[in-house]
Amino acid sequence: MKKPADTLKNMILAMVVTAGFSAMILSISHIITEEPIKKAQDAKKLEAIQAVLPPEYDNNPYQDRITISGSNIELYPARQGSKITSVALKTYSDNAFGGRLELIVGFLLNGTITDYKIISHKETPGLGSKVAEDKFARQLRGFNLEKQKLRVRQDNGDIDAVTSATISSRAVLDAINRAYDSYNKFSTLGK
Amino acid sequence: MSYLMIFISAIFVNNIVLSQFLGICPFLGVSKNSSTAAGMGLAVMFVMTLSTIATYLAYHSLLVPYHLEFMITVVFILIIASLVQMVEIILKKVSPILYQALGIFLPLITTNCAVLGIAILAAQKNYNLMHSVCFALANAMGFTLALLLFAGLRERINTEALPQAMRGTPITLITAGLLSLAFMGFAGIGN
Amino acid sequence: MNNQSYKNLTRGIIKENPTFVMLLGMCPTLGVTTSAANGLGMGLATLFVLILSNFAVSAVKSLIPDMVRIPCYIVIIASFVTVVEMLMAAYLPALHARLGIFIPLIVVNCIILGRAEAFASKNGIWQSVLDAVGMGIGFTGALTLLGTVREILGMGSVFGWKFVSEETDTMMLFIMPPGAFLALAGLIIIFNKVTGAGK
Repeated sequence: MKKPADTLKNMILAMVVTAGFSAMILSISHIITEEPIKKAQDAKKLEAIQAVLPPEYDNNPYQDRITISGSNIELYPARQGSKITSVALKTYSDNAFGGRLELIVGFLLNGTITDYKIISHKETPGLGSKVAEDKFARQLRGFNLEKQKLRVRQDNGDIDAVTSATISSRAVLDAINRAYDSYNKFSTLGK
Repeated sequence: MSYLMIFISAIFVNNIVLSQFLGICPFLGVSKNSSTAAGMGLAVMFVMTLSTIATYLAYHSLLVPYHLEFMITVVFILIIASLVQMVEIILKKVSPILYQALGIFLPLITTNCAVLGIAILAAQKNYNLMHSVCFALANAMGFTLALLLFAGLRERINTEALPQAMRGTPITLITAGLLSLAFMGFAGIGN
Repeated sequence: MNNQSYKNLTRGIIKENPTFVMLLGMCPTLGVTTSAANGLGMGLATLFVLILSNFAVSAVKSLIPDMVRIPCYIVIIASFVTVVEMLMAAYLPALHARLGIFIPLIVVNCIILGRAEAFASKNGIWQSVLDAVGMGIGFTGALTLLGTVREILGMGSVFGWKFVSEETDTMMLFIMPPGAFLALAGLIIIFNKVTGAGK
């Protein structure tokens, strides 16, 4: 078969057909993958929420989520019947070493941290990334924000920062403090 | 985010070439001497800023309103490719001197992943128009700086006697590694 | 399989290896190979796009006027890349998050447009697919090897399996940006020694 000549008509035709073909396969795959993509994104948060909340609840905290107005923080209430038993919050810090760090933290209603899970970070692998590991995390479990200030030892606090990753450690505490502040504001508004 | 921080972060801390690994091909390919490096740097600065403006407009006035965000890659690369072609034609007609200086670099820029990468990153980070322009300009400056420094180093290295297996690519990569190591000293600025 | 097909298939694996010999697609090569699994994932995604694009370009090559062939090829490649990206986000979300910006950037990976222009636009469909498979395997192999080397030196593990204790200090440099350049330089020196290539 001979190649079509370089006339304007042929060129436009070729481009339009290619673009149309491209739009077609993209739309089809978009329709097929839209649901699974959303599910995959939700699954990560849901998993983190289930990991940080104590198991005494019978609702789906993720479905009952509330976005706290004027911030990017989401609140996931865990209810037993109609009573709230604990809350999880998706929070962030922009003071981390490699840009925004996002985590989900759980609180009992008296301000005690149940646990936290980091959902995205850009910290140095092997150094800053250690803030996701148990050695650092176990200091925070059971820490009561009502009674004590959450700070690293370098800032006159009680938490041992991860060795040579003070900035990353501070960022985690910053994110948790931010979550607690918004939760407090939110719960006093609700009363 | 302040404009100054965007510049410092893009040029030194998260240098586009040395720590984000975008635009490696021209970085290794067009860095044999300082004057071609400068020409390439200028051409990238020009195209990157223009294309980020064009893709910003397309993204926020076409893709977002019609929920076609999944077409981002196809649309952006088409815009960039046409823009480069257009710049080439206009430069040839309007400013033959500038064309002589930048012309040979322009075809290489379409496949420079730094240009597409920055356009996509600016869209992902949800910057406004002014922030996007600064982000593009700052990254292009970071690219030019890395390219110029690297070209200077390579001019020196070419005159050294080296073991057979290390000549050419390996020594070039080792030099790039050392330069990248030097830029790691900027890490954490701004925290 | 006749001699020519065999040549087309194996060309990309050693003789014209896209990473070690041709130095193509350096951005993802250096950017995502912080672990063996990342390197393998990126390599397979590229292999997949490469096969589809070589197939499509070879199939339509006689229908497209010469002047607009590059824009048409780019649109075809970009579409396949987006399909791969959507599939990854849906079914491999963890890998999708780790490869990040480098998935859409497969579009401007010089290997893909390079093979479309240099091979698929001149050869038949079957030979083009063979060429894509060979080049893709060469690229995947190189990325996995580089990822493995960096993971062993930097983390003391292979595909996530740690063979040193948690407390052991590893050469963290190798999973940071400078380590990418240094590890690749080391591999190319060895490759040149073994194959006798290099200038």
